[in-house]
Amino acid sequence: MSLDKSEVQKIAWLARLAIDEQDISTYSDELSKILGLVETMNSVDTDGISPIAHPLDLTARLRPDEVTETNQRDKFQQNAPVIEAGCYLVPKVIE
Amino acid sequence: MHLSTLAQLSTALESRQISSEELTRLYLERCKKFNDSLNCFITINEDSAMAQAKSADEQRAAGKGSALTGIPIAQKDIFCTNGIKTSCGSKMLDNFIAPYDATVIEKMNAAGIVNIGKTNMDEFAMGSSNETSFYGPVKNPWDKDYVPGGSSGGSASAVAARLSPAATGTDTGGSIRQPASLCGITGLKPTYGRVSRYGMVAFASSLDQGGPMTQTAEDAALMMNVIAGFDQRDSTSAEVPVDDYTAKLNDSIDGLKIGLPKEYFDEGLDSNIAKLIEDGIKELEKLGAVCKDIELPNTQLSIPAYYVVAPAECSSNLSRFDGVRYGYRCDNPEDLSDLYCRSRGEGFGKEVKRRIMIGAYVLSAGYYDAYYLKAQQVRHLIRDDFQNAFKEVDIIAGPTATGTAFKLNEKINDPVSMYLSDIYTVSVNLAGLPAMSVPAGFSNKLPVGMQLIGNYFEESKLLNIAHRYQQATDWHLQVPGGFE
Repeated sequence: MSLDKSEVQKIAWLARLAIDEQDISTYSDELSKILGLVETMNSVDTDGISPIAHPLDLTARLRPDEVTETNQRDKFQQNAPVIEAGCYLVPKVIE
Repeated sequence: MHLSTLAQLSTALESRQISSEELTRLYLERCKKFNDSLNCFITINEDSAMAQAKSADEQRAAGKGSALTGIPIAQKDIFCTNGIKTSCGSKMLDNFIAPYDATVIEKMNAAGIVNIGKTNMDEFAMGSSNETSFYGPVKNPWDKDYVPGGSSGGSASAVAARLSPAATGTDTGGSIRQPASLCGITGLKPTYGRVSRYGMVAFASSLDQGGPMTQTAEDAALMMNVIAGFDQRDSTSAEVPVDDYTAKLNDSIDGLKIGLPKEYFDEGLDSNIAKLIEDGIKELEKLGAVCKDIELPNTQLSIPAYYVVAPAECSSNLSRFDGVRYGYRCDNPEDLSDLYCRSRGEGFGKEVKRRIMIGAYVLSAGYYDAYYLKAQQVRHLIRDDFQNAFKEVDIIAGPTATGTAFKLNEKINDPVSMYLSDIYTVSVNLAGLPAMSVPAGFSNKLPVGMQLIGNYFEESKLLNIAHRYQQATDWHLQVPGGFE
């Protein structure tokens, strides 16, 4: 599998990563090599093998729907890049 | 004093031979003296460590506290520490002060352990050499031209140089065991779900597991006694009773059946290392263990499967870094889309971006079955390989890494070659098993680690074998020149 320039740009957009124009061919090269490595797993037949997402066969735990966390907005917002009146600010989305 | 193990320091504190304040000051001085050359700490917690030490001394004076109360231990900078910078080795979190403690940190604080500093690491734990850190590479104390391994390279280097008597690490594909091997220390990756992941910055959630990096197996047992256990706040935490990990350390290993996978001793393994591992296994045989050749036929497939599963989970986990609520934000974003793309493009380093893109690709429409589903099927085969092996043997032994530490810059521009060097460690994470690396000798003056792999929740057995091995050998007592 080799990824061309436009595919790299498409993946970068899907992942919301700005990448420099001059780096695209390096990414295309490196990602293609990694995918080449990944595709060696096609050497084994996995027909009828069930996929596992997890090493242990876990089921999701349920808990009572109770409030267990306290509101710590001010503390958490100390890490925010830009806030105003308790809100996180981002560039205008709707004109 | 700085060459003491956790067990020895515990006795020294208990008998009032030294106070926690004295001990903490001693290690802080070492950290400050050697960090310029080794770069193993991102943050040294001078003030808060001294305050914790004072409080530990008060606890001990009042007859309270436990085995590790008052002992300084370094924390990998992936664990959230309330009020202390938690960078995960990334520019993205360079300005992040964690607003809460990870469960591991909470438990260690409650046990009176002094958090001496936050150790350097590969960015978001993605790397095998500690060269992907935003804060620069860590150096191997055995030879500063060499890498310490990764991703827990700062922790491994700090313990090897005795800047901290022990440290925490995390292991997604070998990130505790491989640096432990390359730096000549003891590292334990517990069973998936044994140690809480709450507050541990997520890389690949179905593989990540925290654990101890220490001088000895006994010390790893002491640390496990503090950090292991069920946690309501971790949705995949194991509800399985916790052992007293020190209780069986001295048990006999007479009759223990050790499996030697032929795939771990093939042409990919450095011949000096093969010899040292064979010697290590002979030591275990002298203690009564019996060896048997086994097969783990899908070992070669673990790397490709891992490089689908781990990037897929990473691309999902790291989508939270969007420049809005915390972390790095680019200057003067034009619009929301520009804010996301440039904050992430500028905030993440190259290796992290590569893995996010691989993950986004394998999960994208039209490719999911060919990559992600296939990798999960292969994962099933790998888990079955181990379970078949454990029908015949008690533990599996082999090398931790294909070679000793490599030179700085030797592999950093060739990601695929870096990935392939993790062949003996990643399958353990895919299967979720516990495994250790213990010092087993030196090749060209660089340390070599022997890996012991156990069945689910058999950490006590691994620690027992490693402890008996360390009673019979002294590789784990070797200290790099200039740090004695």
